[in-house]
Amino acid sequence: MPKPKTSKRTPHRRSGPRLLDMPGLWANRHLQSAVATLGRLMHTPLPTGMTIAVIGISLALPAALFVVTENLRTMAGGWDQAAAISLFLKQDVDDAGAARLAEQLRARPELAQVHLISREQALNEFRALGGFEDALSQLKSNPLPAVLALYPQAVSSAPERLQALHDELMTLPEADFARMDTLWLQRFQAILDLAQRAVLLLGGLLGLGVLLIVGNTIRLEILNRRIEIEIMELVGATGAFIRRPFLYAGAWYGLLGGLTAWFLVTIAVVLLQQPVSRLATLYRSEFPLTGLGPLAMLVILSGSMLFGLIGSWVAVNRHLRGAEPG
Amino acid sequence: MISFEHVFKRYPERGEALSDLSFEMQAGEMAFLTGHSGAGKSTLLRLIGLLERPSRGQVIVNGRNLAALPRRKIPYHRREVGMIFQDHRLLPDRSVFDNVALPLVVAGLGQREIGRRVRAALDQVGLLSRERATPVALSGGEQQRVGIARAVVGRPPLVLADEPTGNLDPDLSREIFGLFERFHQVGVTLLIATHDLSLVMSMPYRTLTLADGRLANDSGTC
Ligand SMILES: Nc1ncnc2c1ncn2[C@@H]1O[C@H](COP(=O)(O)OP(=O)(O)OP(=O)(O)O)[C@@H](O)[C@H]1O
Ligand SMILES: [Mg+2]
Repeated sequence: MPKPKTSKRTPHRRSGPRLLDMPGLWANRHLQSAVATLGRLMHTPLPTGMTIAVIGISLALPAALFVVTENLRTMAGGWDQAAAISLFLKQDVDDAGAARLAEQLRARPELAQVHLISREQALNEFRALGGFEDALSQLKSNPLPAVLALYPQAVSSAPERLQALHDELMTLPEADFARMDTLWLQRFQAILDLAQRAVLLLGGLLGLGVLLIVGNTIRLEILNRRIEIEIMELVGATGAFIRRPFLYAGAWYGLLGGLTAWFLVTIAVVLLQQPVSRLATLYRSEFPLTGLGPLAMLVILSGSMLFGLIGSWVAVNRHLRGAEPG
Repeated sequence: MISFEHVFKRYPERGEALSDLSFEMQAGEMAFLTGHSGAGKSTLLRLIGLLERPSRGQVIVNGRNLAALPRRKIPYHRREVGMIFQDHRLLPDRSVFDNVALPLVVAGLGQREIGRRVRAALDQVGLLSRERATPVALSGGEQQRVGIARAVVGRPPLVLADEPTGNLDPDLSREIFGLFERFHQVGVTLLIATHDLSLVMSMPYRTLTLADGRLANDSGTC
């Protein structure tokens, strides 16, 4: 009921955005709007769930590849401890001779460490591997040569330098042959770098997909609610008021889609944990599969939310023009 | 409260819907707007609510020159003009309460204040008991009254009604006009477009008559 007093006063009180400029109230309204939007999305669980699932699956792909490359990197990191060059000595070089040679090589500045595996040690190691017990006992003498494991300084581990060192070692009279162990590792690491860049690219591409999915979903929602929007404009809704729930919906789609992706990848990691550790056991090593860390999760969630927000922002700007008299 | 100065409204497909229209309404005044179908009544009301802009001339509402009003200020203007539409313009899938609450929700009022005001407005139009119903479950007259409640719930100083009794029986029409008189008594400015000449004649208010987009007659209080 418009009472004379209030009808004169209220228009001023409500006409401007003054009241809403108070930061507490402003934040409160945004929170309310965000929660209300989530409630509305949950009201139509099937279409909402489908949109979220599509986003989740799209993002799970690059996330899973990221997990794979990360795990391969950790694995390769373990192999960094391997010697760069294994120098196999001739059969007639005895342990004393091998030790002398090791001492000489230790004096070289480009080598950080020289590790001697004597013929006896090699035999013991070989025995420990199992399965060869019988074959070895048949032999009269130790068939294994002594090996020098060479660890170069970091600066000398570039492929060319390593190659030069390798060639030089081959000319030593005691040397039977030298094997470069890290070249393939370096190649592997280069491939990993490439793969990780591909993951980034794929993530960007599928992020763009998320943007389009959300944009289209929001566009349809705007079209569905056109009458409601029109009526809200008639009774004095600002453009911001009408846009806000759609923007929140976009952000929610992104966030929930990102959560779904994280969930899918985590499930996959848990399921693969056992087979991987069994495989690792076969290779006499231990390899705990790591999933998405907190940082990766943060990146996925904020990224997907951002893509969702941008998608809805684009849709909102294209399809909501605000109160416009003809 | 309302001032039209040489207002023209031209639709490209039709030509002039309003031509050289000038009149004024004081604050607190109540007036009827009549004229044949297509005379331009709805167009005139739409100009006041800034649903459309005139092709030429000036419209001043509540001391505000609408031509100079930037787009982002339009919502705030509309909050000061309660509009009742010929076709109700209700949300069919929302309750009566939600429909009436819309202008307050949009203006960002608090939950409790909204509840209080919506119930007061529904009480005014005699629909307090139907607040949970959806418009589909209401009769034409009830829907019209929901539209009226929505128009006045924000306590606007100016209320425009476009054929609010278009499809109501005489008793109900009289009731609704009685409602408008009550708003008038508390100081609201009202402009009511209607075909219902007998009702208009029976009430002592100013009547603006349009014919082919021109002001054909402007009776004062008679
Ligand atoms: N959006 C529009 N585009 C083109 N012509 C229009 C538009 N709106 C109204 N008109 C024309 O303007 C003229 C006036 O229309 P208006 O709706 O104002 O008449 P009215 O007096 O309200 O009629 P009624 O009593 O039938 O509601 C009509 O001839 C109509 O065809
Ligand atoms: Mg009309």
